[in-house]
Amino acid sequence: MVGEGPSLRQLVEQRRILVCCGSGGVGKTTTAAVLALEAARAGRRAVVVTIDPAKRLADALGLEGLTGTPSRIEGDWPGELWALMLDTKSTFDDLVVANASTTEQGERILANPFYRNISGALSGTQEYMAMEKLYELHQRQDFDVVVVDTPPTRNALDFIDAPRRLSRFLDHRLFRMVTAPGRGIAKAVNVAAQTFLRTVAKVVGAEVIDDAIAFFQAFEGMEEGFRARAEAVLELLSHDETAFVLVASPRRDTIAEAEFFAARLAEADIAVRALIVNRMHPSFGDGRPEEARARAVTLDGTDLGGLYRNLAEFQLVASREEEHLAGLAEAVAPAPVVRVPFLATDVHDIEGLDRVGHHLDLADRSG
Amino acid sequence: MAGKGGVGKTVVTAAVARAAARSGLSALVIEVEGKSGLGSMFGHGGLDYAEAVLSEATEAEGEVRARTITPDEALLDYLRDHGLHRISKRLVSSGALDVVATAAPGIKDILILGKVKQLELAGAADLLVLDAPAAGHAITFLQSARVLLDTVKVGPINAQAKGVLDMLTDHRRCRVVLVTLPEETPVNELVETGFNLEDKVGVGLGPVVVNGVYDPVDGLDADPTEAAAAAGASLRGGEPEALAAAAEFRRERTALQAEQVGRLAEQLPLAQIRLPFVFTTEIGPAELEGLAERFLTEVRALGEVV
Repeated sequence: MVGEGPSLRQLVEQRRILVCCGSGGVGKTTTAAVLALEAARAGRRAVVVTIDPAKRLADALGLEGLTGTPSRIEGDWPGELWALMLDTKSTFDDLVVANASTTEQGERILANPFYRNISGALSGTQEYMAMEKLYELHQRQDFDVVVVDTPPTRNALDFIDAPRRLSRFLDHRLFRMVTAPGRGIAKAVNVAAQTFLRTVAKVVGAEVIDDAIAFFQAFEGMEEGFRARAEAVLELLSHDETAFVLVASPRRDTIAEAEFFAARLAEADIAVRALIVNRMHPSFGDGRPEEARARAVTLDGTDLGGLYRNLAEFQLVASREEEHLAGLAEAVAPAPVVRVPFLATDVHDIEGLDRVGHHLDLADRSG
Repeated sequence: MAGKGGVGKTVVTAAVARAAARSGLSALVIEVEGKSGLGSMFGHGGLDYAEAVLSEATEAEGEVRARTITPDEALLDYLRDHGLHRISKRLVSSGALDVVATAAPGIKDILILGKVKQLELAGAADLLVLDAPAAGHAITFLQSARVLLDTVKVGPINAQAKGVLDMLTDHRRCRVVLVTLPEETPVNELVETGFNLEDKVGVGLGPVVVNGVYDPVDGLDADPTEAAAAAGASLRGGEPEALAAAAEFRRERTALQAEQVGRLAEQLPLAQIRLPFVFTTEIGPAELEGLAERFLTEVRALGEVV
């Protein structure tokens, strides 16, 4: 099961950043929490940044209120376990304050109505802030390993593209033209841009456009800092200290999304270091589903027929799941493939996380 | 159709469209999040902004068509229809839409819903089935009209938002069907989403669809060896254990599902439509037909109760 690459256990014990990625509904949040717990069990100081945990898991992790600062979860592990929930808005605020050349500039931006909409409305902002938080925690050196959950994005690489996209947005040509003092040709372009904006203002209302222009004016001079930071984040993501863990479920469509995801990561020169497949059906016996199905048909109407029908159904699902998985496993090789079965109950406490951790088969439980 | 990621919202969307078609109605499926496997469930390729016929009309059946709606394309349509063709291309290609959408949040959603409203008013089909964005996002999506009415007080966007809100809150024109799995977290989120949608948007909720419920199987409680003796059949080595383990797995999961379905009924007093777990990993035309048929059976059963 383990190829030439490092095992999941080695990743948990050695890497400084673990990024859990994959499509929505596959158990990314829980997986991220499990990996952080396992790192703490291995004696490391671990922090997990979660995006949107189910309420009871949030409670278990001590995240009742939305907190942008790590809170410690006590337990009988040799390391430390910390958790925090991503607060997109306050992360962005901190970034603005850190990059502003004066306190006054920072305040002017934070007070701008257009800015206040950015965190909620601009696509990719949440992804960007998840990466920003990751970078910040990594830089602080308070933790040996940062585990981050990524937003359930449809567009696979939003969270990698987001930093660049946002810095492009903040550097938007149109608003550069409007806000820059115009001279000569620049002035002619400026007039065209003004006309264009007036037309847009007719549709959405002038107030909205005024706020936007005020924002871009206030932002003047900060683009460089943002761009540099975006590059630094991207570099960290492709660094050896970082490992991407792809999380999937074994259905045809989510596997297809995961394959697409792995391909896009490869394009960005980022390797998937481990594949975790949640919600696997167990396989019962070593027979073929067709045989059990044939027996079910022959024995229809008897209890044994029902038992065979049930067996055939689960054998069919399990074999299909393995078939789908084979292609993905090959695509991410030599990354180890870890299968987590369907759990009887949802995970909402440390014991639940441990149950999943047990299936990851990576913790040293002899101690 | 609204629900958390991974609950099979798109499968249920497809089944509802087929159920409508089997009842003699024409259906138009609308996808808003780009990549979706909906086409392949009908044995068709990916979807586009242009409509595609997924299943043809017959004497007894209506047709099913499908398309995507993206904010960019909906905006181009809108501007064209309102004599603003001149700026439309530039607004989209320059990326200014992103700036405008940030200035007035909800504008992308209203562009999509505005297009849906236009299709509805034009009588594009007997039933429009909108595969809404995943759960948390569904609330913001459907709430966009109210939010925009507050931020943009005059002009065409305001008028558009009013029209959309009229459509969403008119229970004869529009219902939200929530989709869930019979599992703890999806049920919790569904209950929360349901109340939020009623309170914040004022939409009417249709029946809840519980997807992936294990169908009952006779004989699951029987001991395999005794059952074999009763049927006069013999079992090979290892078979009794495999049969017993598989039966136990289904019994346990069935009990867990029943508990969650009961909890859902208690916390969200809406009619439930239960669709079976399909023992495969890929939904094609045959599986879809089975689901559509079951959907209709369940709907008829509701009718008898009411």
